[in-house]
Amino acid sequence: MSRIKNAFENKKAFIGFLTAGDPSIEKTEEFIYKLIEGGADLIEIGIPFSDPIAEGPVIQSANIRSLSGGTRISHLFELVENVRKNTEIPLVFLTYINTVFKYGTEEFFKKCNESGIDGIIIPDLPFEEKAEIKESAEKYDVDIISLIAPTSEDRIKLIAKESQGFVYVVSSMGVTGMRSEIKTDLESIVESVRKYTDNPIAIGFGINSPEQAEKYSKLADGVIVGSAIVKIIEEHKEDSGKYLKEYAEKMKSAMKN
Amino acid sequence: MSDLNNGRYGIHGGQYVPETLMNEIHHLEECYEFYKNDKEFNDELESLLKEYAGRPSLLYYAEKMTKDLGGAKIYIKREDLNHTGSHKINNVLGQVLMAKKMGKTRVIAETGAGQHGVATATAAALLGLECEIFMGREDTERQKLNVYRMELLGAKVHAVTSGTQTLKDAVNETMREWVSRVHDTHYVLGSVMGPHPFPMIVRDFQSVISKEAREQILEKEGRLPLAVVACVGGGSNAMGMFYNFINDKEVKLIGCEAGGKGVDTFETAATMATGKLGIFHGMKSYFCQDDDGQIAPVYSISAGLDYPGVGPEHAYLRDSGRAEYVPITDDEAVEAFEYIAKTEGIICAIESAHAVAHVMKTAKNYSKDDIIIICLSGRGDKDVSAIAKYRGVDINE
Repeated sequence: MSRIKNAFENKKAFIGFLTAGDPSIEKTEEFIYKLIEGGADLIEIGIPFSDPIAEGPVIQSANIRSLSGGTRISHLFELVENVRKNTEIPLVFLTYINTVFKYGTEEFFKKCNESGIDGIIIPDLPFEEKAEIKESAEKYDVDIISLIAPTSEDRIKLIAKESQGFVYVVSSMGVTGMRSEIKTDLESIVESVRKYTDNPIAIGFGINSPEQAEKYSKLADGVIVGSAIVKIIEEHKEDSGKYLKEYAEKMKSAMKN
Repeated sequence: MSDLNNGRYGIHGGQYVPETLMNEIHHLEECYEFYKNDKEFNDELESLLKEYAGRPSLLYYAEKMTKDLGGAKIYIKREDLNHTGSHKINNVLGQVLMAKKMGKTRVIAETGAGQHGVATATAAALLGLECEIFMGREDTERQKLNVYRMELLGAKVHAVTSGTQTLKDAVNETMREWVSRVHDTHYVLGSVMGPHPFPMIVRDFQSVISKEAREQILEKEGRLPLAVVACVGGGSNAMGMFYNFINDKEVKLIGCEAGGKGVDTFETAATMATGKLGIFHGMKSYFCQDDDGQIAPVYSISAGLDYPGVGPEHAYLRDSGRAEYVPITDDEAVEAFEYIAKTEGIICAIESAHAVAHVMKTAKNYSKDDIIIICLSGRGDKDVSAIAKYRGVDINE
């Protein structure tokens, strides 16, 4: 069984996102362990990009902080290698397509495989352009995680049928960021995704409170939290570790109710 | 014609956008294919271009420049005389009219120099749509006059404070806005860039420039020009100027990009000279970027050319050798700005001055029987205070 499936095995998955290199690569490694201690089942590592068009202000700022601190793509692979020495938790990259393309698509996935990355999420690579990476990703055994949006409608079938790892259901229109209310009819989206795939479904974008975690983990197989975690890191910087652990515990226990 | 296949120009182009936008851009493509062939739409657009924008624009023989430079016979395609003062109106009238017919009630757009923002605000005012413009904060400073102009026209202007606070970031922010509110909103992309179908739509609406220019030069001279020259940021006026000459193999297509302080410095926006193949802003094309694929903070005196990428069809025209692209420095552009003002009595946009500069440098290499057409993409009122500042004169109170 792939490591990604483990995250959903007999439990609801709490998926935590952080931007690598904010405030430093060493701290990112520590924060990953803290999230795991707090109960995270899968870690999504954001590769910083100069122009993250799918991100709201919180994660945009984290990208800038990371790049200003000198984060390079080579540091990302070193980070993953180090984390892999200590844990078997599934790890996925969130990256923009130019990062992969410029690195050299085949070489990028080879490195993913060698360092221990299980999946990849690319917000600016829709279904129609998947050919850009498909061959390399398959060759090096990296799952391409597909996104489904509130506007996907008739595309759900297309996307879900070819999905790998898990299906990432985008809860709301717009960019990432904390939302007090999510208006999308997620129930019907999740229901139609289930028609076309047995892969687990996780809901992300806007989720930050234990109440939301409880609600959406009942609906799907897991929830993804990004901006709320990055916000903690923005606030507490180097000292974020214990706050991240506490936050993960709070979210995870809400999902057990 | 260009090798357009599924939104691809050779290897360039494509649709690299978030899933949230995919149904919308497919819908846009369908609507465009319909309206493109719809008589009522075309009649309305033609009437707007003629009665409102002032088309056809003049093809002016620059006799003094021709004599002074002592070489090729120089003609100027006067897009600066269009309503709103640039070629941008050609595209926005088409897109805003289409948006209205698609049932959209709101348009959003990015702008660099402010010309596209002003044009979009104008078309939105005329056709009765809500309008919001995203402009880099640095550009709102450089182009204060255009900010106020847009507000006069009823648009809301957002100063974008993310990233380098210029055109690239304005595009990022407009994309983010579109992803947030797509059902009632059309993104009026201002250049031949972004995901398919935008490069095609903008090129088609801008191709009126070369359609007219070709007819006009045949009427005046009975023959085709040796070269057509236009400035290139994203590349909309250049694509409009090139398009109907692509099949006339004897006509050279020359794009002038912003060299800034020189292509051997980091302060440049010359994508063709210094960029590498990449995927950004919805398209595969050339981009100024570092070894990690981080998009470079580009620089040019011209806010309208201050963009780290170039439209995919230009990338294809370069790959195939059909068009050539040359960098022009700030110094050369400012000199050309002043030259054409004194020689022909035309204050042109600093963007367009990049094309003028190339002709100043090369006209003497040609014989007097050779014809060169410069696309003068816009007028320069907006640039006067920045040029004064460049020359050390403060004309602001």
